[in-house]
Amino acid sequence: MRPFLLVFTALTLMALAFWAYRENYATQAALRDMQKLQAEVASLRESLTLQKAEWAYLNRPDRLRDLVALNFERLPLLPLDPGQFLAVADIALPPLPPERPLDLAPLDVQGILPEEDPL
Amino acid sequence: MIRAPLRPLARILQARAKGENPDVIERENLRVRSEATRDRDRARAEGRLVILGFAFFCAFSVIGLRMGVLASTEPAEPKAASSTAEILTLRSDIVDRNGRLVATNMVTHALYAHPKQMIDPARVAAELSAIFPDMNAADLERRFTDGRSFLWLRRKLSPEQVQAVHDIGDPGLLFGPREMRLYPNGRLMAHVLGGASFGAEGVDAAEVIGTAGIEKALDARLRDPALAAEPLRLSLDLTIQAATTEILQAGMTIMNAVGATAILMDAHTGEVIALVSLPDFDPNDRPANPVSGDPADSPLFNRAMQGVYELGSTFKIFAASQAMELGLVNKDTLVNANAPMIWGKFKIKEFKGKNYGTLSVRDIIVKSSNVGSARLGLMIGAERQQAFLKSLGFFDATPLELVEAPRARPLIPTRWPEIVTITTSYGHGMSASPMHLAAGYGMIANGGVTVTPTLLKRDTMPAGTRVLSPEVARTAVDMLRGVVTDGTASFGEVEGYEVAGKTGTANKPKKGGGYYENKNINTFAAMFPASDPRYVLVVTLYEPVDTSSAEAHRTAGWTTVPVAAEIIRRVAPLLGLRPIKPLAGDVPTVVHN
Repeated sequence: MRPFLLVFTALTLMALAFWAYRENYATQAALRDMQKLQAEVASLRESLTLQKAEWAYLNRPDRLRDLVALNFERLPLLPLDPGQFLAVADIALPPLPPERPLDLAPLDVQGILPEEDPL
Repeated sequence: MIRAPLRPLARILQARAKGENPDVIERENLRVRSEATRDRDRARAEGRLVILGFAFFCAFSVIGLRMGVLASTEPAEPKAASSTAEILTLRSDIVDRNGRLVATNMVTHALYAHPKQMIDPARVAAELSAIFPDMNAADLERRFTDGRSFLWLRRKLSPEQVQAVHDIGDPGLLFGPREMRLYPNGRLMAHVLGGASFGAEGVDAAEVIGTAGIEKALDARLRDPALAAEPLRLSLDLTIQAATTEILQAGMTIMNAVGATAILMDAHTGEVIALVSLPDFDPNDRPANPVSGDPADSPLFNRAMQGVYELGSTFKIFAASQAMELGLVNKDTLVNANAPMIWGKFKIKEFKGKNYGTLSVRDIIVKSSNVGSARLGLMIGAERQQAFLKSLGFFDATPLELVEAPRARPLIPTRWPEIVTITTSYGHGMSASPMHLAAGYGMIANGGVTVTPTLLKRDTMPAGTRVLSPEVARTAVDMLRGVVTDGTASFGEVEGYEVAGKTGTANKPKKGGGYYENKNINTFAAMFPASDPRYVLVVTLYEPVDTSSAEAHRTAGWTTVPVAAEIIRRVAPLLGLRPIKPLAGDVPTVVHN
């Protein structure tokens, strides 16, 4: 019994040591990965800032105004005017589709059951 | 150490004499000695056990505590503090009220040199001067070779310049990362934003500090690391600011003015929607502060706030509304407005020497009578007049969040004799900025409750103090409406928006005293729509002349009012205001796009 216990303990110790060794290196690898990810996040954030700035620069009112002037023939855009506020009733909506004419010819019926809705 | 002998001679001899075995004595002594040794060893072992036990206790306690800490705290990535992500955006962005970006940061590089590591200083100097035309090759070479070990060359580089310097390929040229402030909209909002530059500079980083405007006034907020991710939200609207700037620029050109300013303010919240001062500058490349001449001639001068001048007849409504509030008059009370009015050694005249005779209070405002206002001012008296103007903020610097604001104080006469009461009642004698005027008109538009102008978007309104009753404020708005419908501001009518306002024409003061005859500062302070005033607009043109007709016109009604009307026509739809009555005549067309 005693030698078995001794061998078992030694094997367990070796297994644990192996496990701890693996864990140590796995942790270090995870930390390195994380640092790489953080660097990537930082650089992505930086380019996001840059693209936001560029978006704002390309959409600055001066440039848009010049573009509107350049492209006036294709898209005649004009500044918003008080006359563009309208009531819904003023808008020339397309006419509603004509209602189906009621069939006025008398129907041949023998009687209408009371629970039936005539309409 | 002296050990007790195992066979002490005296006892051995004694034992031998008695015929006993002396070995017994030796064994006896041996036993005593071994017992002593055993006791000592046991004590030592016990001590060691205690120490070992204590060490185990400590070790297990540490493990236990650590486990407890790990179990009870939030999981976090280790080494997160070493991340560079936080350092990159230390200064928060500035956005307009709709979240459109007006100031942000951009990563760039600074260039410095370690001349001692330089391989070929002469070639480096020549190539650098080819990239940067303002660098002198001979001068650079001298500085590279005079024995110094560090040298700044350039604060900001464009990516192309970085590549060009890289291509020189000398190990003595080094780059340091830099954050620079970028204003993507250029000149728009220049006076509000101000500008930024570098503070303490190191090789690896430099702090960006505000140098003027809101960047400097709220520098601590913008640099607060806890708020770095949250942009600072202004009350200004980029679109409306752009439209206002465009029209004001055109108006300034047409009216031959040297400068102009416009303020559009929400009368209920005090939020400034647009603030334009012309001429302006590019905050990305802020010009140096002027060292000589009149600071008002510099484009850095914020006319809306620093332009402290006499505001002229725009003040008359304050005299009229205060007189009504005090119950001295109502809008139909007749006041003696016979011009000229002699007061001591002073003679108060009307515009172009007119004489209106007796006028009602409403007509004093509509016809802009100096004498009538002077009579109202005298009825009110100096003390009540000062208290009223003080409650509107005319005695203090504007509370705007700009670093220039506390320094731009209105000019108040030190003494307040009756002649100052008279002149102040029609806007002369004391000087204030257009921003002050906007706050004053904001009070009238807000139904008699004061408003505090601000450049930041507000979620909650600060409670103002009531200085006029709602009825008096209503009557004052109606009088101002009268100025547009049948008074001096007839060009101010904008169909559908019921503009109400008052013109003011003041002569520009000379440096040494007195006034220029032909240089005016023309102001139009307006609010719209008159039936429920929501916005206040103050437009001022500096030294305008309307030369559209044969006769040159220099009054506000001919110069500033048409510009202000055009601003309202363009801006009111952008503010989402529907015209009060539908415009007749136009057949609506439905456009698909």
